[in-house]
Amino acid sequence: MNALVEFFRPHLLPLLYAVVIVAVLPLIAGYIVLLERKIMADMQARLGPMRVGPHGLLQPIADAVKLLIKEDIIPENADRWIFWLAPLLSVTAGMLALAAFPFGPAFQIADLNIGLLFILGISSMGIFGIVLGGWASNSHYSLLGALRSAAQLVSYETAAGMAVVGGLLLAGTLSTRRIVEMQAEQGTWFIFLAPIAFFTYLVASIAETNRAPFDLPEAESELVAGYMTEYSGFRWALYFLAEYTNMVVVASVATTLFLGGWLRPFPGTTWLNFLDYVPPLLMLLLAGYCFYRTPRQPVKVQQGFLAAVGLLCLLLAVILALPLLPLAVGGIEAQSLRPAIHGGFWFLFKVFAYMYVFMWLRFTFPRYRFDQLMKLGWHFLIPVSIVNVMGIGVALVLDREAGWPLWQALVLTTLLTLAVAAYLAVVGERKDSAAVGGAERSA
Amino acid sequence: MSDTRASGFLPQSGIETTVLGADEIILNMGPQHPSTHGVLRVKLKLDGEKVVESECIIGYLHRGVEKIAEHRSYQQFAPYVDRMDYVAAVSNGLGYCEAVEKLMGVEAPPRARVIRTILTELQRIASHLLWLGTHALDIGALTPVFYCFREREEILKIFEKYCGARLTTHAFRIGGLQYEAYDGMEQDVRRFCDDFATKIEEYEQLLTENRIWVGRTRGVGILTAEDAIAIGATGPVIRASGVKWDIRKAMPYAAYDQYQFEIPTGKNGDTYDRYLVRMEEMRQSRRICLQAIENIPAGPIMARIGKVLKPPPGEVYHAIEAPKGELGYYIVSDGTTQPYRVRIRPPSFINLQAFDRMVRGHLVADVVAIIGTLDIVLGEVDR
Amino acid sequence: MANDPEEKQPPVPPAGETPAAKPPSATPPAQGTGDAPARPAAPAAASPPKPPAPPAAAGPPKPPVPPKEAPPKPEPLDNDLVKRYRARFGDSIREAWTDRKQAILVVARERLVEIAQYSRDDEQFNFLTDLTAVDWPKREKRFDVVLNLYSFLKNERLRLKVHAAESEPVSSVTGVWPVANWLEREAFDMFGIVFEGHPGLKRILLPDEWQGHPLRKDYDILTQDTAWVRENLGIESGQ
Repeated sequence: MNALVEFFRPHLLPLLYAVVIVAVLPLIAGYIVLLERKIMADMQARLGPMRVGPHGLLQPIADAVKLLIKEDIIPENADRWIFWLAPLLSVTAGMLALAAFPFGPAFQIADLNIGLLFILGISSMGIFGIVLGGWASNSHYSLLGALRSAAQLVSYETAAGMAVVGGLLLAGTLSTRRIVEMQAEQGTWFIFLAPIAFFTYLVASIAETNRAPFDLPEAESELVAGYMTEYSGFRWALYFLAEYTNMVVVASVATTLFLGGWLRPFPGTTWLNFLDYVPPLLMLLLAGYCFYRTPRQPVKVQQGFLAAVGLLCLLLAVILALPLLPLAVGGIEAQSLRPAIHGGFWFLFKVFAYMYVFMWLRFTFPRYRFDQLMKLGWHFLIPVSIVNVMGIGVALVLDREAGWPLWQALVLTTLLTLAVAAYLAVVGERKDSAAVGGAERSA
Repeated sequence: MSDTRASGFLPQSGIETTVLGADEIILNMGPQHPSTHGVLRVKLKLDGEKVVESECIIGYLHRGVEKIAEHRSYQQFAPYVDRMDYVAAVSNGLGYCEAVEKLMGVEAPPRARVIRTILTELQRIASHLLWLGTHALDIGALTPVFYCFREREEILKIFEKYCGARLTTHAFRIGGLQYEAYDGMEQDVRRFCDDFATKIEEYEQLLTENRIWVGRTRGVGILTAEDAIAIGATGPVIRASGVKWDIRKAMPYAAYDQYQFEIPTGKNGDTYDRYLVRMEEMRQSRRICLQAIENIPAGPIMARIGKVLKPPPGEVYHAIEAPKGELGYYIVSDGTTQPYRVRIRPPSFINLQAFDRMVRGHLVADVVAIIGTLDIVLGEVDR
Repeated sequence: MANDPEEKQPPVPPAGETPAAKPPSATPPAQGTGDAPARPAAPAAASPPKPPAPPAAAGPPKPPVPPKEAPPKPEPLDNDLVKRYRARFGDSIREAWTDRKQAILVVARERLVEIAQYSRDDEQFNFLTDLTAVDWPKREKRFDVVLNLYSFLKNERLRLKVHAAESEPVSSVTGVWPVANWLEREAFDMFGIVFEGHPGLKRILLPDEWQGHPLRKDYDILTQDTAWVRENLGIESGQ
């Protein structure tokens, strides 16, 4: 018995983390959906969900309940097992990938030394879920939509991978924890050292997650709704959950690799230490805003709810402020907890900021046609990211062998890569208009 | 509708289902479809993703308006006319009232003509706003539709204050107007026009220079000027193809000859040009409204024509520049109180004929963009 | 319905007078070609000197009874345009008149395509605005197929009419103006006029299996409806 406990002890904490993530993630995903709807509404000069709870805060709960009680419809000639399996595959792939992320220096399920490779590999498995879902639906249009979606994902996976390699070259390691620690050592986030890699990854990740402007396979005004057509009720909710989990995964990769993970902006610079006070202040401001809006709510229940949210923000502010105070409780220095608590805050903050950019782009741009999408991936993003990798390699060689300071070498190679990108863009545009003009004359 | 039977197909006027190439499939869009703007059925013959041939099947909203007209008096028929192009009801009313006035040989007084012009131009802006919102939505831009409807709301509020209705307004009467301009109409119109200048800039900012928008609309659905004239296209469709023709300038009606405005034209006749032409038209309409509102002549708003209208026997064809194109009314009178024949020349019906020409060689994703750019309203196509 | 004229009647020329002086729809082209083209304005010779007349002619404002303007009526037309047509086609131009200042020519059914081609190529009427039909059941040739033409160059409209009996086909002008395709299908659908040479004449607005042609004057929807109900539902319609 003792031996059993001893065997499991080192795995207890990661298990706890895993349970927390798997349990909390659907709720978080639901609230991300609500957040997206509110942001969408804000950009469209309207209010968004307002009825279910104050400012629609209970909307995700209502949606989840509704989806759970819906009838489970399976198309007649569909392959039942695969129909059942496909959404599970997508969700599992998404959640598994979250295992390797350090949400703070203390909160990581598995500190793999091949962390990033694991994440990229597992999230590619999500494509299985899409293709199998389209095939299992036994519908001509679902299959076509699924294949199109898979083609898009695979193409942009290459570009994303190349962009990630760019960042990896600077880090020198695949372990996610080490990557963040390398950024701490460098004193800057890698986005400043490898900006092209970051922006390439940004675009590729939007296509990876099937978000606008790359969401043709799931567009409502398209002829088919893609692989999700035949799914209803909770199965559809699983696909939706998989999509938002993928968004979180992709945002986490970008955060870990380019945005410094759990580090605050400019972690090494001492004169910017006042930035350490930002997390509690931010939470205080949020709490203040909640309390300010509380009396202006029309209904008492809504007032109570908003006050509760305000109290929650206040609590978080207190928790975030504690590590800044020179306290010692029970033999533990409060300051030593700072990296863990503030780290968690900064990580989540960056992930949400990245996702806000996703949402912002979704509501601003029209969508690409499928051939334009593929052209962008293969004719522009992949060449640029390959050239970028070569550039960063050259910069590192210059740094190590020729003694150039790293940032100088990087600036040079970044400019060269930009020149290549500009050339590709111009040539691409010229070919586009020629092709279009030619096609029309002949039609 | 049972026209899927192969025997119903005649060559060149329908898609042959009995003989298909190896890779060709027939795809049916509609009649219920979020992007066909009404009950339109489009049959596409596809070779992979490319459209090889197309056929539009209409008639789902046919209500027999022309037959109804023969059993109503001239005034009784006026509200029916609003229901054709229900997006721009005021223009339909203007065309009909002016056609009957011509038939009677009367003319609306100057004050009525100016107020008619103002309301019609506001309606043109409203119609183009709806077009812009829905067209952008089809192409994937989720936001402009809300902004456009916000502006359209202001115009509909003006209509509601004027005649009580927002959509099917029946704003005009034969011989002039029934209602005087309400107190504060001038301020409302002026306020709207002042606001609108910045709003148009907003829409332009979102779309005009946007790479994705340009990529989705440039070179899509090209209609050359000759083709446009041959196929009978009118309105922004023919103007974007380069033909500078607008009935408001060529054969002015209402009070258009008193105002200065430009006719925007395009060069290539593609979707992007039609977009630019309609945006510019909104600006010019605003310009006309501002000029008109400066100086509305005083006077009666109704001509002296009595309650019972019995136009002398004869016929007339009167056309106006509706937001969709040339809206014409061919009315034949036999001297009684009911028209003998009312023929409505629907711009959307004739513009829709150009669809087949415009869509060949394009991908399926462009079909929706092309239907949107023609700006059709099924109520007008089918009557 | 009409606004009370006595209340706000400044000395404005009464409504009836203006059409003769300044016909809004028949204004010379805005392009400013200068010369008054062969406009089917019956008072063609009289129009230049007319415009300044009305305010003076109205004299002192007379609120009670404004002078009655002659009601518009068709008048025969024989201007340059008609002369050219007659010269080319002779008797095939059966009638020519102007109604509400719009020129109308009735042409022979047999030579419609020729006349259409001549109109498009020589007379520059390159735009077919509308093609429709009117049913005059009491006439022997009951249908009037009406073509409204427009010339961009001359900014002028012309109406061509063809009389056709119920069983007589009319040649299709889709070869001349492709826009006629759907317009002729609609005329066929609504009236039953067969257009010879049409690439695909079938119903357009009504379902393919519809019986009857609605815009004919002897078409009664009640009869058709009761017949349908009797046939398909087996009961007597209550209408």
